[in-house]
Amino acid sequence: MNDLRELYQDLIFDHYRQPRNYGPLEHANRKAEGYNPLCGDKISLAMIVKDGVISDIRFEGVGCAISTASASLMTESLKGKDEGEALNMLKDFQALVTGVAVPDAMGKLTVLAGVQAFPQRVKCATLAWHTMQAALKNTTEPVSTE
Amino acid sequence: MNAHTHSSLESDIKNHLNVQRWRHDFPILQTRLYGKTLVYLDNAATTQKPYTVMEAENHYYRYDNANVHRGIHTLSQRATEAFEYARVALQHLINAQYAHEIIFVRGTTEAINLVAQSYGRSRFKAGDEIIVSGMEHHSNIVPWQMLCKQVGAILRVIPVDDAGELDRNTYDALLCQRTKLVAITHVSNTLGTINPVKRMIDAAHAHHIPVLLDGAQAIAHLPVDVQDLDCDFYAFSGHKLYGPTGIGVLYGKSALLDDMPPYQGGGDMISSVSFEATTYNKLPYKFEAGTPNIAGVVGVGAAANYLNSIGFDAIVGHEQALLRYATELISEIPGLRIIGNASNKTGILSFVLQGLHPHDIGTFLDRQGIAVRTGHHCTMPLMERFGVPATVRASFALYNTISEVDKLAEAIYQVKEVFK
Ligand SMILES: Cc1ncc(COP(=O)(O)O)c(C=O)c1O
Repeated sequence: MNDLRELYQDLIFDHYRQPRNYGPLEHANRKAEGYNPLCGDKISLAMIVKDGVISDIRFEGVGCAISTASASLMTESLKGKDEGEALNMLKDFQALVTGVAVPDAMGKLTVLAGVQAFPQRVKCATLAWHTMQAALKNTTEPVSTE
Repeated sequence: MNAHTHSSLESDIKNHLNVQRWRHDFPILQTRLYGKTLVYLDNAATTQKPYTVMEAENHYYRYDNANVHRGIHTLSQRATEAFEYARVALQHLINAQYAHEIIFVRGTTEAINLVAQSYGRSRFKAGDEIIVSGMEHHSNIVPWQMLCKQVGAILRVIPVDDAGELDRNTYDALLCQRTKLVAITHVSNTLGTINPVKRMIDAAHAHHIPVLLDGAQAIAHLPVDVQDLDCDFYAFSGHKLYGPTGIGVLYGKSALLDDMPPYQGGGDMISSVSFEATTYNKLPYKFEAGTPNIAGVVGVGAAANYLNSIGFDAIVGHEQALLRYATELISEIPGLRIIGNASNKTGILSFVLQGLHPHDIGTFLDRQGIAVRTGHHCTMPLMERFGVPATVRASFALYNTISEVDKLAEAIYQVKEVFK
């Protein structure tokens, strides 16, 4: 049960129940759809990127607690970052949730470290991040975690 | 105590003793996970295996292993006998008229692909129609879509109503001169619905349309009699009837199979080969190219004998009692919605909980030692129909108990508490 508590921390519940930056984004110039066919989670991500910097980011969709909280936390931590920083954070985040490393300066995102005890849930946690990567490339094909 | 309650108490006790005995046949049920005894409720995905199946495979490899239908030496003869003995066990399981109507394949999926590519591809033309239903597993949708692309045929779909039953009137209206095949599931893997297949087959036959039944979810939970049903093809997987993975059966009526071209070419499926002409072997070998999964066949034969030794009266009685009990108990949970309320069901319970994603529920239950399936169950069109991205599915087998159902319900209350 301890690894369950590690996974479902209060901050996760908080972001699951009240996702931040949720809803449509007007004037977005970067968009992508993400889909996890295994659990049916869907996410639409929209960003405004100006001079290489993410000035605004919002998401919509249905998902489990892990994927929703991860998306919500991601939007908070990416606002104001430039594209290179965002992609580096994606790498760090992947390392964190797969248990490969504990990168520093992850801020609130470290709350998702508990995912590493649940390999089946890594895809839930990374769905938003993969979608962000696709959005930066402005990929129109939906990304899939499969 | 009056006579009635007395006799029902007696049957409860007998039932309990039966289940405890059956449980001893399945060593994996002793597994402990996270300090709890495993509660395995993912039987629609695959069932656990009794000793007798494992021993049959083991015995085959230890004492009889050789290639079948090839050698004149003793082991080859023994292997061939074990192989053909299993075919007869499966013939009896579904009451096929002939043993050569039992074609060994990898599973339900391959059986359906075989019919699509051999039967369908050689006969169907542009504008022909194939009827499936809205509750099909992807493996009874995609092979037909592939065939439709190849020959220009069209897929028609029988809709599913709110209770999870097929719309009878639409089905009757879909049957027409253009219809070349009806391919429907006997039992839905997501809803548990037992479709009225006998009536549906009669209706199709009135238009001279053959019917394929996907029996993956029926074979271990209902008595299946292909002659009584009069279905033209019946497909099922060994691993869902307490047998091994990688082996399954396509049953086909002899006359139909005889007329069909082979599915794959190779050894065993020929009578003679020269570079000018090849004569195909007779049934069933025409459809069994190459060295088959001999150990798998021996294992699934043992599984068929195991089911037979218990008998479907006992199995159906027990699983229906579990379903009734679980449905009642789980319906009481506030915010819980059961998906699939057909009047005739096998022991499959799909549900969603308000405000809770199936994946989170699944992870929580797993840490209580309870194995359920969460997701779309390879029935994405059906999920769309019920407006849910996924469900939690508990599916019962003969070794599940009332106390396991209690544990499931208790864990659902707990997960609700945690997520409150
Ligand atoms: C109704 C139904 N049809 C077909 C299949 C496919 O069976 P298999 O994967 O063994 O080929 C399944 C199993 O998941 C099923 O439940």
